[in-house]
Amino acid sequence: MSGPSDFQPTNPALKWIERRLPIFGLVHSSFVAYPTPRNLNYWWTFGAILSMMLAVQILTGVILAMHYTPHADLAFQSVELIVRNVNYGWLLRNMHACGASMFFFAVYIHMFRGLYYGSYKEPREVLWILGVIIYLLMMATGFMGYVLPWGQMSFWGATVITNLFSAVPYLGETIVTWLWGGFAVGNPTLNRFFSLHYLLPFVIAGVVVLHVWALHVAGQNNPAGVDIKTEKDSVPFTPHATIKDMFGVTCFLIFYSWFIFYMPNYLGDADNYIPANPGVTPAHIVPEWYYLPFYAILRSIPNKLAGVVCMFGAIIILAFLPWLDNAKTRSSKYRPLAKQFFWIFVVVCILLGYLGSQPPEGVYVIAGRILTVCYFAYFLIVLPLLARIETPRPVPNSIADDVLSRSRGKIATAASIALAFVVAGGLFAGSTQTARAEEGGNAPPAQKWSFSGPFGMYDRGSLQRGLKVYKEVCSACHGLSLIAFRNLADPGGPGYSPAQAAAFASEYKIKDGPNDQGEMFERPGRPADYFPSPFPNEQAARVANGGAAPPDLSLITKARSYKRGFPQFVFDFFTQYQEQGPDYVSAILRGFEEKTPAGITIPEGSYYNTYFPGHAIKMPKPLSDGQVTYDDGSPTTVAQYAHDVTTFLMWAAEPHMEARKRIGMQVFVFLIIFAILMYFTKKKVWADAH
Amino acid sequence: MTTASSADHPTRRDFLYVATGAAAAVGAAATVWPLVAQMNPDAATIAAGAPIEVDLTPIGEGQDIKVFWRGKPIYISHRTKKQIEEAQNVPLSSLPDPQPDSARVKPGHDQWLVVIGICTHLGCIPIAHEGNYDGFFCPCHGSQYDSSGRIRQGPAPANLVVPPYQFVSDTKIQIG
Repeated sequence: MSGPSDFQPTNPALKWIERRLPIFGLVHSSFVAYPTPRNLNYWWTFGAILSMMLAVQILTGVILAMHYTPHADLAFQSVELIVRNVNYGWLLRNMHACGASMFFFAVYIHMFRGLYYGSYKEPREVLWILGVIIYLLMMATGFMGYVLPWGQMSFWGATVITNLFSAVPYLGETIVTWLWGGFAVGNPTLNRFFSLHYLLPFVIAGVVVLHVWALHVAGQNNPAGVDIKTEKDSVPFTPHATIKDMFGVTCFLIFYSWFIFYMPNYLGDADNYIPANPGVTPAHIVPEWYYLPFYAILRSIPNKLAGVVCMFGAIIILAFLPWLDNAKTRSSKYRPLAKQFFWIFVVVCILLGYLGSQPPEGVYVIAGRILTVCYFAYFLIVLPLLARIETPRPVPNSIADDVLSRSRGKIATAASIALAFVVAGGLFAGSTQTARAEEGGNAPPAQKWSFSGPFGMYDRGSLQRGLKVYKEVCSACHGLSLIAFRNLADPGGPGYSPAQAAAFASEYKIKDGPNDQGEMFERPGRPADYFPSPFPNEQAARVANGGAAPPDLSLITKARSYKRGFPQFVFDFFTQYQEQGPDYVSAILRGFEEKTPAGITIPEGSYYNTYFPGHAIKMPKPLSDGQVTYDDGSPTTVAQYAHDVTTFLMWAAEPHMEARKRIGMQVFVFLIIFAILMYFTKKKVWADAH
Repeated sequence: MTTASSADHPTRRDFLYVATGAAAAVGAAATVWPLVAQMNPDAATIAAGAPIEVDLTPIGEGQDIKVFWRGKPIYISHRTKKQIEEAQNVPLSSLPDPQPDSARVKPGHDQWLVVIGICTHLGCIPIAHEGNYDGFFCPCHGSQYDSSGRIRQGPAPANLVVPPYQFVSDTKIQIG
C-alpha cells in the first residue's frame, strides 16, 4: 500500500495474474518489504493482536449464528443449547463472549500506547480518527452482541442504552420507538440487533483496511517519535515484525485462554443467566466492564441530556486529539510533564471504571464528578497547556541512535509495566462483580467444592446423591428444563450408563401429541426428553407458591452470586475462584432459622433465611435431617443434602466443565511450549538487527 | 530464512525454525477441528433420532402410511396378494438393481413393505400407488418403483432404501 511495487513473481502463472491484478506486489510491498522502525517495543504488537481478535470474533460469531435463534421466546434457550448440545459449542461461545472482553482490553492498550507515544500527531491524524471510528463501531457491536443471549442484563442493558436517545430534545421518543420497533424493547429489537451485530464487524473490517492503508502511507510511529530517515532505521516487515507480532499474539492467547477455559464467567454478570423478564429490573444495572468509565461519566451528570452529551463527548473528544495537543515532540518519553499527566489520566480512567460498577450513591457520585472533570481537563486544559509551557528533552537524531543508546534496564521496565497492566486489567474487569451486592444478606461462607480450581472435577457420588435429592425434594416445585435424561449418561456427568438413564427416564410421564385423534397423551419418558416442569405455566407456579414462582434450577448456580468486594475479586482472578453461585445456593438451603431473630420482621407467608437478600424468602425450609435415604452410607444431614444437590446443580449449569478444563490444560501446555519456541525464533530472526 | 545453512549441514537455527513451524501447524490443525466439527448434528438431534415404534393394526390391506424417522419419510405398505406376487415373480435379470423381494421384507411378514420414501435419484418423495409397476412414481424426474420399492424405469440408479427395522410383535415394528 506504499506506492507501486517493483516486486515481480518468477512463477509464470503468478506473473500472468500479476500483470492483470498486481495483488502479489501489493501484499509484498505492504507486508513483506514494508520498512518497519527498528526500535518498536511490544506495545506495537497490539495492532496484530487486534487483527487476530477481529478475525476470531468474526469466525466464532458466524459459527454461533448457525446455531442461534434470534427470537425473544427462544434466544435464551438457544444459547444454552449451543453450550450444551453443539459439538464444542461451549468452547465457541466462551471464545466469543470472552473474546469481546479481550478485544476491548487490547484496544485500550493500543489506544493508550497511541496516546503515550503521540501516534495521533501529524501526519497520522486521519489514521487516528479512523481508529476512533473503529472504536465507536466496536462499542456498538459489543453492546448489540450482549443483548443477543436475552438474559436479564441483555434486556435491561438494551433498555437503558436505547433510552439514552430519549434525551434528544423533541425527537427523543420518536427515535427510541424507531430503534425498538415497538413500544418497548422486544422481539423486533432483538431481531434488528442480531442483524446489525452480524453486519457491523464487517464494517469494522472495512475501516480496519483503511486504518492499515493510512498507516502504511504515513509509516509507523515508534517509541522515539522520530521518522525513518535512512535504511539503518528500519527492518523489513517480514520476517522481523511478523515474527515479533506472532510472539506477542501467542502470549496474548495465553491470557485469553485463562478466561476461555478456566474463568468463562468471571467477566460476565450472573444476572444474565436469568431469562429476560420485562417486569423486573435487576437490583444493579451494570454494563460490561469495557463501558464502565463512560457509564460513570453518564451517571455523574445530574441532567439527563447533559449526561448523554458528556458520555458521547468523552469518546468524540478523542477524534480532536491531534489538534488539542499540538506539541512538536511526539513521544512522551521526551516530555517529562506529559508523561506524568499521561499516567494520571490512566489512573483516572481506571478509577472511573471502578466507580461505574458501584451503586450511584454517596461518595461515589462525588468522586465520579471529580474524575469526570479530570477526564475532560486532560484533553481540554492539560494537553493544550503543556504544548505551550513544557520544555521537552532532546529527541534522538535517528531511530538507529535510539536503538544504540537503549539501556539494559528497559526490558525489566517493560515487564513491570506489562504486569501492572495485567493487574490493572484484572482489577478493572473484576470491578463489575462488586456491583452485584446482595443487600441485607450475609455473605455465604465459602465451601470446599470438588469442582473448584483448574483440576477440579465433579464428585460422581455427590452428583448421584444430588440427583436423588433433586428428584425427591426440589422437583416438586422447581423445574430443570435444560437437562435431558440422556445427559445423566454424558461423560463428565453423574456417570450413569445409557441404560440406567433410559430406565430413569421411563419413570417419568411425558406429555406428547397430538396423536391421530388430535389428542394430547402421556407416555413414559425417553432419554431424549427433558425433565418435565412441575407446573404447566408460570401463573400456575405462582398461584401454587404464594405468589413467587419457584425458579428453574438448570442455571441457578450460575445465575446467583454475591459481592466479593475489593481486593478479593482481584485475587479471585489468580486463584480462579468462581464458586459464588454454589456457595450461595448451598447457604440458602442451610440458612433457614426456626425463629426470626429479634428486631427483624418478615412478611406473612415468608420464612427467615440468614443468607437470602432481605432475609424473607417465600420458600419454606425444604430439607431436614434424614429426609432422603442414601444407599452409600453418606450422612443424611441437611448439610450433606445441600452440598450434594448444589454439586448436582453446578453440573446442571455447566455440564461440560470437565471437558473444558481438560482441553484447557492441553491448550496451556501447547501455548507455553509454542511461546518459548516463538521467543527463540524471534531472537534468532532479530539477531542481526540489534 | 534458511540461507545461513546448506542442506547438508542443518544448523541449530534450522532446527528451531522447523520446530516452531511444526508446532504452529499442529496448533492450527487442532484449532480448525472444533470449527469444523460444530457443523455435525448436535447431541439433541442425535438423541431425537432414536428408534421409534409403529403400530400396524390400523393399516388395512392395500393401504399405506407415512411416518417420519430422523426427518425422513418412511412408507409402510400393507401389500395385497397381487402386489406380493408381482414383486416375487419378476425375473431378477430384468431389474436395474437386482434384489429379490425376500431380501426387502422380513421373513413371515411378506405383506409389509417398509422403505424410506426418498427417490434414489435426487431426493424427491415418490407417490405411492402410482406408475406402471403397482408401486411408486417419482414426479420430479419420472422414476418408477415396483411393489417392492425396486427401481424399474427412469433415472434413479438404485432401489428405495429399506431402513433398519424389526418386528417387535406381529402388529408392531420398531424402526431404527
